[in-house]
Amino acid sequence: MNETVRSIPDRLENPALKAFKSWETLLLAVAIAIFITNSFLSPYFLNAWNLSDATFNFTEKAMIAFAMALLIVAGEIDLSVASIIALASTAMGWSLQFDPSVVTLVLIGLGTGLLCGAFNGALVTGLGLPSIVVTIGTMSLFRGISYIVLGDQGYRGYPSEFSFFGQGYVWWVISFEFALFAALAVIYYVLLHRTNFGRTVYAIGNNPTGALFSGIRVARVKFILFLLTGLMAGVAAVCLTARLGSTRPTIALGWELEIVTMVVLGGVNILGGSGSIPGVVIAAFVMGLVTFGLGLLNVPGIVMSIFIGALLIGVIALPRLWAMRRG
Amino acid sequence: MQQLAPSPDAAHDVPVLELSGITKTFPGVKALNNVSLDLYPGQVTALIGENGAGKSTIVKVLTGIYQPDGGAIEVDGASVQFRSAEAATAAGITAIHQETVLFDELSVAENIFIGHAPRGRFGLIDTAAMHTKAREILGRIDAPFDPSTPLKDLGIASKHLVAIARALSVDARVVIMDEPTAALSQKEIEELYELVDRLKAEGRAILFISHKFDEIFRIADRYVVFRDGEHVGAGLMADVREGDLVQLMVGRAVDQIFPERTHQAGDEVLRVERYCHPTEFDGINLTLKAGEILGFYGLVGAGRSELMQAIFGITTPSAGQIFIEGEARSIRSPADAISNGIVYVPEDRGKQGAILGLPIFQNVTLPSLGRTSRNGFLKLAQEFTLAREYTERLELRAAALDQNVGNLSGGNQQKVVIAKWLATQPRVIILDEPTKGIDIGSKAAVHAFMAELAAQGLAVIMISSEIPEILGMSDRVVVMREGLIAAELSRDELSPEALVRHAAGIGGDQT
Amino acid sequence: MILRILKSREALLIAVIAALLALIASRFPAFIEPTNLVNVLTDTSPLIILALGQAIVILTRCIDLSVAANLALVGMVCAMLNVAVPGLPIPLIILIALGLGAILGAFNGILVWKLGIPPIVVTLGTLTIYRGLIFVISDGAWVNAHEMSASFTGFPRAEILGLPILAWLAILASIAFLIIIARTPLGRAFYAVGGNPHAAVYTGINVGKTQFWAFVLSGTLAGLTGYLWVARYSVAYVDIARGFELEVVAACVIGGIAIAGGAGSILGAILGALFLGIIKNALPVVGISPFWQLAISGAAIVIAVAFNARAGRAKGRVILKRAEAEALT
Repeated sequence: MNETVRSIPDRLENPALKAFKSWETLLLAVAIAIFITNSFLSPYFLNAWNLSDATFNFTEKAMIAFAMALLIVAGEIDLSVASIIALASTAMGWSLQFDPSVVTLVLIGLGTGLLCGAFNGALVTGLGLPSIVVTIGTMSLFRGISYIVLGDQGYRGYPSEFSFFGQGYVWWVISFEFALFAALAVIYYVLLHRTNFGRTVYAIGNNPTGALFSGIRVARVKFILFLLTGLMAGVAAVCLTARLGSTRPTIALGWELEIVTMVVLGGVNILGGSGSIPGVVIAAFVMGLVTFGLGLLNVPGIVMSIFIGALLIGVIALPRLWAMRRG
Repeated sequence: MQQLAPSPDAAHDVPVLELSGITKTFPGVKALNNVSLDLYPGQVTALIGENGAGKSTIVKVLTGIYQPDGGAIEVDGASVQFRSAEAATAAGITAIHQETVLFDELSVAENIFIGHAPRGRFGLIDTAAMHTKAREILGRIDAPFDPSTPLKDLGIASKHLVAIARALSVDARVVIMDEPTAALSQKEIEELYELVDRLKAEGRAILFISHKFDEIFRIADRYVVFRDGEHVGAGLMADVREGDLVQLMVGRAVDQIFPERTHQAGDEVLRVERYCHPTEFDGINLTLKAGEILGFYGLVGAGRSELMQAIFGITTPSAGQIFIEGEARSIRSPADAISNGIVYVPEDRGKQGAILGLPIFQNVTLPSLGRTSRNGFLKLAQEFTLAREYTERLELRAAALDQNVGNLSGGNQQKVVIAKWLATQPRVIILDEPTKGIDIGSKAAVHAFMAELAAQGLAVIMISSEIPEILGMSDRVVVMREGLIAAELSRDELSPEALVRHAAGIGGDQT
Repeated sequence: MILRILKSREALLIAVIAALLALIASRFPAFIEPTNLVNVLTDTSPLIILALGQAIVILTRCIDLSVAANLALVGMVCAMLNVAVPGLPIPLIILIALGLGAILGAFNGILVWKLGIPPIVVTLGTLTIYRGLIFVISDGAWVNAHEMSASFTGFPRAEILGLPILAWLAILASIAFLIIIARTPLGRAFYAVGGNPHAAVYTGINVGKTQFWAFVLSGTLAGLTGYLWVARYSVAYVDIARGFELEVVAACVIGGIAIAGGAGSILGAILGALFLGIIKNALPVVGISPFWQLAISGAAIVIAVAFNARAGRAKGRVILKRAEAEALT
C-alpha cells in the first residue's frame, strides 16, 4: 500500500519477440521446409507455372477458411460451407436458362451464399441452437436441395467469359483466384486484427456472457459472421464452378473438413477465443504444398486425405504431448 | 495443536480423520503449506478462511480429487492415500458441494447411489433394491419425495436433501459441507441445522465450510482457520469470540473502517416506475440522485440482481418505465443502457464481468471502442492511454497492460471491471456484491473508491448481502424480499435489526 | 407419472411414426403389410445399430463423425479376409469386425481422453484417415459379390422366425444397450459425465475414461455394422456408407438426444432411426425421387434440434410468490 504507485507498462514483452515465438512462425518454418523438400523431390516443382497451378489446390478453400476462422474464433462453426457451394453452384446453373450473363451468374452465386449464411445465422442466433448440429443439418439440407434439382444430372454450358473467375490470369502467372485470395487475406486480416468488429469477435469467443454484459450485441455479431461465411462460400462457388465449367451435386464434397483443418492448422483454437489470419494464410500454403508435392510423387488424392487428417490431429496433439512430457 | 483448554467432552477426542503436514503446490502458487486438520466423530468442525485461503483445495485433497505433494492422511490412526475420488468415498468421506453437484437427468435414487448402486444378477444394478434403500434413507431425513422422481423436478433445498441422503447411503463417517446454506431460505437453513444435529448424534464427523459467522456459532463445536494456504489456528468454539476468528482470518485486528462521507445528493438521475417482470419482480419504483449511494439489501434470491439486470437491459421487463434525468428511455439491451449512462458491475466476475482470456487494456476499452478508434479501426495507442488512465486511478496491480485479466487476483480483476465501466463515463453505476470474494485490502480500496465516485457526482447503486457494508456505505437502503420492495430506509432508520427484519419479513411494526 | 410418459419425446415420436405409417397406408396399404415392414426394419437395422453407439457418445458431450468410415474400413477388411481365406468361419469374422471396430473407436477415445482434443476435431481427422486407409489396403479396387463366399454374404440375410439375422442383431443390440444404459454403472456414468462433468468427478467417475468407453462402444458397433453392410450389399469399396455418419447423428438428434450431453434416451435414438428409415423406404413407394432423402433428413435434423432446444429450455428461477402460485395451478 505504501509503495509509490508506479506506472504500469503497456507490454510485458516486445511484440516482435512475441511474434517470433508464435505458432505462425513455427508454421512458416514448416512451410519453408516442405517447399525445400519438394524442390529436391521433384524437378518439376520449381517452375512458376507449376507453382501457379498448385495454388488452385487451396485458393477457393482458403477464401472460406478466412471467414470460418472468424466464426471459430467467435466460438461457432459452420459445417455446411461445402453444401452451400453445391447449392450456390446449382442455383447458378439453374439460372442459365433465364439469363446466361456473367453478372447475373455472379450475383446469383453470391446471393445464394448469403441466403444460406443468413439461414444458418438465424437458426443459431435467433433460436439459440448449437451451431454444430444446425450446420450438420443444413449441410444435408443444402446439398439435398441440389440433389432434388439435379438428381444424377449436371449443368454445363456456362458462358465462356464466366470461366475467367476460375481459369483467368490477371498478370503473368498470377491467376484471378490467387489475386482474389491475396486481397481477401488482407481484408480479413484488417477486419479481425485492426477493427472494433474484430475485437468484439475475440471478446465473444473468449466469454460470450461477459461480452454481452459489456454491451456487445453478441447475436448480431455472430449473425454477421454466418453471413460472411455464407458469402465466402458463394464466392468460392463462383470460382469453382467457373474453373470446372460444370455443376454436379457432388461438387466440393467433403471440403468442410479441409477448411476446418486449414483453420485449426493455422492456430485457431477450435473452442474459440484465439487465432489469427496470417496463421490461416500460412496453413493454406502448407496444405497446398503438401497436396502439390504428393501429387508430383503420384500419390492419389484419397491417400493425401490421410495426411490431412493426420495433420489435423497432429497439430493439436503434438503441443499437448509436448506439454505432458515437460509437465 | 491443543494449546487451548482441554475439551469438556474428552470422550470424543479421538479424531476419526487426521491430516498433517499437507502441502499442495500449483505452478506459481502454494495452495496449501504444511496444514493440518483433525475431524472428530459426532462433532462439527468449522473451516474458516477468506477466499484463496486454501479451503477448496483441502476439500479436493480430502475427496481424492487432488493428490497432495506432501503430508499424511490418517483414518482411525492408519495412514491412507486417496488416489481417486472412489478411494475417498470407500474410506467413508463424502462431500456436499456449493452448487449441489448432482445429475438432473437421473432419478433421485440413481443420484443417491451413483457409483455404489446395489448389484443383482450378472452384476447389473438392482433397481428394486436401490429404490427400497433410497426410500428408507429419504424417510430417515423426512424428505417428502419419491426415489423415482427425476432430480430436475426438485428445488434447491430438496436437492440438498438428496446430497445428504447420498452421504448417508455410503454410511459416510466424514461429511464435508461446503457452504451448504448459500442458496437456501431461512426456513430451509433451519431444517438443514436439524439435519446436521442428527448427523452429529449418529456419530459422524462433519467439516462445515461457511462464511457466515452466525451459523458457525450456531452449529460448530470446533474451528480451524486457514490463511493464505496455512493453518493459523484451531480450537473449540466455546473458547473463542467472533473478533478472535476475524483476526485469525485476516491476520490483524480489523474493525472494518468505512470512508467518511459528507453526502450531498444532487438532482435525480434515474427513476424507475412500476417495473414488472413475469416471474422475478413486481411493481418496483425507485429514484436515484447524483452523488448518492443507494444500498440494496435482501436475502440471496430476493430478486435484487434480477432487477438490476433488467435495468441494465439484460432481460426485458413486462411493464414499467425508466427515466434518465427525467426523460423516458427505452432500454432493451446492455448497449442501450451503456449509451444512456447506466453500467453494471456483475457479481459473477469470471463469467459476466471480465473477459479473462483478453488483456487488461482490451477489457477496459471494450465498451468504449467507439472512442478509442477511428471509423471502426482500432487505435492501440489511444486504447493504452485510456486503459492506463482508469486502471491507475484504481491503483491496479499488474505487470503490464497486455497481461491477461485471468492472471490477476480477484481484487484486481474487480478493479479492471470497474475501470472498464468508469472509462465509459457513466451517470449511474450499479455494483452487485462488489467486494464479494476479494481480500480485505482490495475491499477497503473499492469502498474508498465508491465514496470518491459519489463525491464526484456519480449515482451509485450497491447490492450487498453484508450488513456492515450496507450500513457503512449507503445513504439510503432499499430492502427487497421475494421480488418486491419490502422497505426503503433512510440513513436515520438504518440498523442491522431493521434490515434483517424487513429482508426476512418478520414483524415489521417497530422502527 | 403417466402424464410424464405421455409428454415425453418417445411418446411423441411413437405418435409421429404411427401417424406417418397411417398416412402412407391410407394411399398405399401394401406399405404396412408385415413383409414390407420386415423389409423396412431390416433396411433400417444398420442405422439403428450405429445410432445406439452414437447416442452414448453424444450423451457424454462428444460426437463421433468417424462411424461411417470405421464401418467402411472394417467392411473392407472383412471382405478382403473372406477373399483371401474363403473358409474363415463367420463367427470369427464377426469377432474380428467387433475387435477392429473397437480398436478404431478406442483410437478416437484415447485422443479425447488422454490428450483432451475436442471430439469433433478427432473424429473429423480419423474420418479421413480411416477412409484413406481403405484405399491403401484395397488399392482402390472393389470387392464384388462373386469374389465373396456364399456363407459370408448369406449370413445377415438368413431368416430366423421370419426375420433376417440383420434385423435380429439390431434388436439384440438395442436390448443390450437399453440394459447397459439402465442397469450398469457405466450406463449411468454416461449420463453423469454429460449432465454434470464437474460433479461426476466428485462421485468418483473418471470423465475422460467414460468418454473413452463410449467411443469404444460406438466403434465396436460400427465394426459389426461394417461386416453386415458389406455382406448384405455384397460389395466393398472405398466410398461405401459415405456421409452415413450424418444420418446417424440425425437419428439421435431426432430421437431427442441433446447435443450438449446428458439428456435423452436410447429408446429415443432407436425411434429416431426408425423414423428416418420409414421415410427413406416410403419415398419410392409414394413416388418421390430418392434424391429427396438427403434434404429431408437435413430438414428433420434442423426441425428436431429446434424442438429439442424449446423443450430443454431451462425454467428460470421463480422469485415472485404470485408467479410461483400461478405456475403450480
